[in-house]
Amino acid sequence: MGILIDKGLVLFFKSPRSFTGENMVEFHITGGRAIKGALLKALSELPGMRQAEAGEFARRAFENGKMDLVQVEGLAAIVDAETAAQARHSALMAFGKVSQQCELARTELLEAAALVEGLLDFSDIEDPDGTTIESVREVLKRAKATLRSLLFNGHVTERLRDGFTVAIVGAPNAGKSTLVNFILQREAVIVSEIPGTTRDFLEFFVELGGYPVVFIDTAGFRAALDPIERIGIERSRSRIRAVDLIVWLSDASHDENEFLPDCVPVIKVHSKSDLSANLLSSDTIPISARTGQGTEALFAEIVRRAADFFIEAGDAGLGTERQRAAVELALAAIDRGLALTGRVEEFIAEDIRTALLAVGRVTGRVDVEDVLDEVFSRLCVGK
Amino acid sequence: MTKSKFDVIVVGGGHAGVEAAAAAARIGAKTALLSQKLATIGVMSCNPAIGGLGKGHLVREVDAMDGLIGRAADAAAIQFRVLNKRKGPAVQGPRIQADRKLYREAIRRLLREFPNLHLVEDECHRLIIQSGKIGGIETLLDTYTCGAVVLTTGTFLNGRIHVGATKTKGGRIGDCAVHGLSDQMREAGFAIGRLKTGTPPRLDGRSLGLARLEPQWGDDEPQFLSALTTTVTAPQIPCFITRTTTETHDRVRESLHRSALYSGGITGPGPRYCPSIEDKIVRFSGRDSHQIFLEPEGADASLIYPNGISTSLPHDAQEALVHSIPGLERAKIVQYGYAIEYDFINPQELQPSLMTRRLQGLFLAGQINGTTGYEEAAAQGLAAGANAALYAGGRNPYIFDRTNSYLGVMIDDLIVKGVTEPYRMFTSRAEYRLTLRADNADERLTASGIYLGLIGSERSRHFTKLQFALAESRRLLDELRISAESVREAGCELEGQDQTRSPSHWARFPSVTLQSLTRVCPELKRIDPQHLARLDADAKYSVYIARQTQDIERQKADEALSLPSEINYATLPGLSNEVRAKLLRFRPATVGQAGRMEGVTPAALMLLAAHARRARRSPAIIDT
Repeated sequence: MGILIDKGLVLFFKSPRSFTGENMVEFHITGGRAIKGALLKALSELPGMRQAEAGEFARRAFENGKMDLVQVEGLAAIVDAETAAQARHSALMAFGKVSQQCELARTELLEAAALVEGLLDFSDIEDPDGTTIESVREVLKRAKATLRSLLFNGHVTERLRDGFTVAIVGAPNAGKSTLVNFILQREAVIVSEIPGTTRDFLEFFVELGGYPVVFIDTAGFRAALDPIERIGIERSRSRIRAVDLIVWLSDASHDENEFLPDCVPVIKVHSKSDLSANLLSSDTIPISARTGQGTEALFAEIVRRAADFFIEAGDAGLGTERQRAAVELALAAIDRGLALTGRVEEFIAEDIRTALLAVGRVTGRVDVEDVLDEVFSRLCVGK
Repeated sequence: MTKSKFDVIVVGGGHAGVEAAAAAARIGAKTALLSQKLATIGVMSCNPAIGGLGKGHLVREVDAMDGLIGRAADAAAIQFRVLNKRKGPAVQGPRIQADRKLYREAIRRLLREFPNLHLVEDECHRLIIQSGKIGGIETLLDTYTCGAVVLTTGTFLNGRIHVGATKTKGGRIGDCAVHGLSDQMREAGFAIGRLKTGTPPRLDGRSLGLARLEPQWGDDEPQFLSALTTTVTAPQIPCFITRTTTETHDRVRESLHRSALYSGGITGPGPRYCPSIEDKIVRFSGRDSHQIFLEPEGADASLIYPNGISTSLPHDAQEALVHSIPGLERAKIVQYGYAIEYDFINPQELQPSLMTRRLQGLFLAGQINGTTGYEEAAAQGLAAGANAALYAGGRNPYIFDRTNSYLGVMIDDLIVKGVTEPYRMFTSRAEYRLTLRADNADERLTASGIYLGLIGSERSRHFTKLQFALAESRRLLDELRISAESVREAGCELEGQDQTRSPSHWARFPSVTLQSLTRVCPELKRIDPQHLARLDADAKYSVYIARQTQDIERQKADEALSLPSEINYATLPGLSNEVRAKLLRFRPATVGQAGRMEGVTPAALMLLAAHARRARRSPAIIDT
């Protein structure tokens, strides 16, 4: 009968205290394809045993209520993560940080709902307890702040997925292509060259200091006469208005930074420093892409800026379009409610209901009975 | 032994029972209303008031279906008062104080109008079941055959009355409990639970110092609970307001261990919304005073119901408690307060028609379903009685739904979520609150009632007239033109507007009312003031209602996705054991219902929706 395959560790997780919420067993084995193969074969010969389908464990965890929608989406994002920072953020989502924040917003909205429903359903029969529509507004403002921070962090999460964008800008022959080539050579971990972009600028995705960074190589900026070149320059200009950082290259002979948008931070770089090392202002980083001199300082500065950008965002942000749309819907309803004036209780109540439904949709839970529970935990009611 | 045959037999003569019997009779069923004591038909066992927030909505809905409660309440009303008058029309609740005797007489008078309704003094102790269907009932005196039975036994199923440590069997003070029925239901497999409720001591009105207390009068312009009422008939008198004192709270605290509630005598949960004075003092220990309404039980004010001090303390402690309250220092207690525990059937056993899933032809309504309140009971009675008659006549049931009525909200809440404490209606339970107003119940329901044959000729005529009047008024409001300047002239604030628009347009502004526009637009005076108020509310809510309409559509789509009763949840992959067990037990009729069941996860819901859609296309997953 039995053949010894390996000596290992078997862990049994009893339902519901397991990843999926069902009974689970883990085999910790020595490793190697032969042992793994023999074990899987032996297991598959047991009746009713089969290989899990892709994502089946997560699906079961979700179906058994062990994970909510956000957590499942976070898990999917971890699997898809291409950089360390992406994985970190996805983990926050998967391990419930985003859900916690949503839960906080939901609790605040429930409190607001309870207060306003208390005003509506009990004010005439029970002693007033000092609650006014102003108290409702105050709680609603807190919920708004919580949701806004989730949304703001969500933009950062989006950047973590799509990359911190750095445009390399400068006059023609300022040394952009040399710098780009240097980055391409240095960075062994090029993730992808982003397809489908216009030929007027080239975008490529690298991991720099653990952060996802997209470098954008733009067309040279100058007062061009050629209409085709002019179109290229226009496109580059509109693209760089939406980036997170600009690296402005100049080789001292040109300094036409009137092309730079005001709204984007800039690192000034003096290229070809090997040729003219004596003409530097203090806030300029001198590099020579050809010799590599100064490039480490430039990369360090870009990493510092990327880190600032991601850290400023705090920790938990929304990770998917679905989550963002729901939170935006909730915020719109809250704003509508806060803007109301006059006799407004039942209108605010509707807006809160809409917001609650929307936030509930992020993690997948909401119920009228919750509101009543909240009402009765804080009000002494009776007739 | 005689053999009597009916289409519908209603067991119990409380608010659910009379409404059920009258509804069945209106549809044309040969109906019997069975009560232990005919003299108790239409008795108000608890507080002498009808209506209120959420509850007033239910009364208007029953009235819109030509039920009795609204008309009887108006006839008995010694005070008319709309609650939440300073708030919006959707959350206002009409309410009346009733003279108990006048109310009972009105109900009996209304019941006598039906030649096909027979009142029978007898006690049902067994249901006759033939191959899973109701065939009739056995009573103390007789055996009856019938097509359908409506059980509205209130607190009488295994009722047990508690005063201090004293326990007695009974369905209400002075009335016997019923035992055999709930044993039979239990044997048939029904899930039975236990709930409690309570009532305060009743006081002799002549022993109270009312002159020192703050009186509370009704509204100057009474709003009737029934659309058919035209005048006030009973004398109008005030209620009085007093409060508990710190001494009251001390007295209650020192006797707490002798209260049936706190000595472990009572196990069933009571209503959070109508707590006993013991509960209020324990749960809200930070408050040193609670409000008490002294409600007259009749126009002569000889008996007073002190609303707010329901209790199960022993008699001596009740005396001490009452005498510590201003105005009640020398009060004579005519009848002591008590708590009552009773059996209820888990309403998840019911279909939306209020027929049980287990026994065809058996309908349940009122406290037996875990609700509290006259209005909740009456509304269920109407639905159960009408559906019992439809069932007995071989017709399809009529389903009230969440989008057309509070009645639909209540039934859906009950059958989908079940109850853990007595269920009471609130406006916050209705997600379409702005549409389901007390003032438009007739527009929402009466047309369906006419189709079902539930509506008598007087109300039919009244409704037809109303529809013409409203249509004409709406046309007028759309066609007339008023300049922004005139709107300001009418006393309404209006910033940044200079066009000339219709009254319906202006009425959407929060600061403008149609009533005030009558000052500058005399044509509007042609509209009945009550209709004008209703149309003003329609306009105020129109923006929100338009948004809600989308939600309603979404909900209707979920409700349209029906889950065939043959679905084999046991073999449906991907369901957790917990959800599977719930689905197996309560078999939701639609995906919408499943979504409102407690503990049914979004994931499970998605699976169900997928299966429901697939089931529509091919019967492959149906277990045969």
